[in-house]
Amino acid sequence: MFHRESGVFKTTYAGDMALYPLPIAKWTMVAIAAVFVVIVPLVVHEYYLSILNLIFIAIVGALGLNILVGYTGQISIGHGAFMSVGAYTAANLAVRLDLPFWLTLPAGGLMAALIGVIVGMPSLRIKGLYLAIATLAGQLIIEWTINHVPAISGGAQASIEVDRPSLFGFEFDTQGRLYFFLLFFAVLAIVATLNLVRSRIGRAFVAVRDQDIAAEIIGINIYRYKLLAFAISSFFAGVCGVLYTYYFGIANYEQFQIIVSIDYLAMIIIGGLGSVLGTIFGAIFITLLPIVIRIFMEEVGSLFFTAAQMANVISGLRLGVFGGLIIFFLIVEPEGLNRLWRNIRSYFRVWPFSY
Amino acid sequence: MVGSSTQRLAVQAGDNRLVVESVSKRFGGVVAVQDVSLEVPRGAIVSIIGPNGAGKTSLLNMISGFYKPDTGRVIFDGRDITQKKPSDIAALGIARTFQNIALFSGLTVLDNLMLGRHVRMKAGVLASVVYWGMAQKEDIAHRAACEEIIDFLKLQDLRKQPTASLAYGLRKRVELGRALAVEPSLLLLDEPMGGMNQDEKEDMARYILDVNQERGVTVVLIEHDMGVVMDISDLVVVLDRGRCIAAGTPEEVQRDPAVIQAYLGTAISGEGA
Repeated sequence: MFHRESGVFKTTYAGDMALYPLPIAKWTMVAIAAVFVVIVPLVVHEYYLSILNLIFIAIVGALGLNILVGYTGQISIGHGAFMSVGAYTAANLAVRLDLPFWLTLPAGGLMAALIGVIVGMPSLRIKGLYLAIATLAGQLIIEWTINHVPAISGGAQASIEVDRPSLFGFEFDTQGRLYFFLLFFAVLAIVATLNLVRSRIGRAFVAVRDQDIAAEIIGINIYRYKLLAFAISSFFAGVCGVLYTYYFGIANYEQFQIIVSIDYLAMIIIGGLGSVLGTIFGAIFITLLPIVIRIFMEEVGSLFFTAAQMANVISGLRLGVFGGLIIFFLIVEPEGLNRLWRNIRSYFRVWPFSY
Repeated sequence: MVGSSTQRLAVQAGDNRLVVESVSKRFGGVVAVQDVSLEVPRGAIVSIIGPNGAGKTSLLNMISGFYKPDTGRVIFDGRDITQKKPSDIAALGIARTFQNIALFSGLTVLDNLMLGRHVRMKAGVLASVVYWGMAQKEDIAHRAACEEIIDFLKLQDLRKQPTASLAYGLRKRVELGRALAVEPSLLLLDEPMGGMNQDEKEDMARYILDVNQERGVTVVLIEHDMGVVMDISDLVVVLDRGRCIAAGTPEEVQRDPAVIQAYLGTAISGEGA
């Protein structure tokens, strides 16, 4: 309905290879950008802005994980730990050396990339479940190290408090101001990923995923590209960890435990492996899920449970619904929310004359 | 045609694109290839034939770097490539296709061809992430090269189709296209006509001849269809149980008693078998 392709002729390769070849899609993007930059921060309540902020951070981390898992076909259960590497790198630099965010952010990303490459080295020899276990070991080792080395974790509670980020004296100290800070990085991550996956490097990643033998025969060094995927992916995770640190004002290893790795895997599975739009859907879905469950239970559950029981019920229900949804998606729509969206779109593509 | 190509070969005698010097490969107790030598003149079409399990694909795997020979050397354009990695060998200009098609099934025909250009492109991570500028310019230049191959192989209407959805014969053709996108000077084809019907075989034979004559690509192919092999080959090499039992022009090979024995068995008496 909205994607009329007829009458749109592309006469240059550049036009054919554009991110949004259809004029209507371009205008849609402009409209969405205007909504998020101008309208949302003006009309949306501070509390909901804080939820949007969490979604923006999740998008950055999930995009990174999708580059590795969805595009390159290598699994990682260590991304929570890579986030903590970024978080503690940035927190230490910010507190000890008093560096601004525009230095700590790339530094956190680079450190996470370095650790990610080391944890990803087993991928050169093993695949699938075996690699999952190897990266799981990476997760646990990093968690333990951060928790037990005071030089990294800042001693008691293994947490480091940081100031809010500021730029030219402007401090992003409220949710409304953090919104712009995080929106910027979410958009940057989305554009970077879109460009990466449509270019030479991204194609090589998919080649390694689909047919590693054929990839090698056309000149792709699969070892280099697997490690590169781990590096880029962990860089995103590291940046994601730094953003969490600035968002919460504290770096704490408990924010990056194994459950976070699983959450992010759930995002890309539910959203759609190997899809940028799906990643965004998944990040929104998984971030909203516990919030929606809590609000729902507070409204409805109070009829059945006492206030004391409620906390237990909510946390239990969250896990139950979470697990159930992953199973549901794997069975019903293995390609995730992105596939659902594509189905809807292709239905309306020729609507109402769908003969 | 055979006559003219023999003439062509005579002119270029001594100028070999590829030389395989007595390579052997064993897997445990099984000798896959034993002491096989091969000379591929520049611009020739050389066919490797032989019964199943003769070691044809193993030989191809040693040329393209998947197997390291136990003994012997592989020399491409005067350069020893025996110990090189497959990806480096591809960059030198050897492309190949597989017996069981090995396309990137999640990608479109065009992206498969663009991947063939991988070694000819340079964009690194930063250029790719920024895209607008160097990476885009490069993508467009190489897109033009891929479009030329799309025209050549008549794949225009399939450009944006995922390869997983294509029919078997078309996938074989796309795989040939991807190998051509590498701009090889030597093309290794592992049963390019396996499982095809007569029409598809004729099309493929035509493409192989065009690749050889118009683009000047030297071709080494494994094929079971003797009609095709004898028609298009300049030289034929016969393997049996890992050994080279005959080599020469199609006529010579067809008359060779060792070849007849390998294919038809030993004559019991007189002419009949």
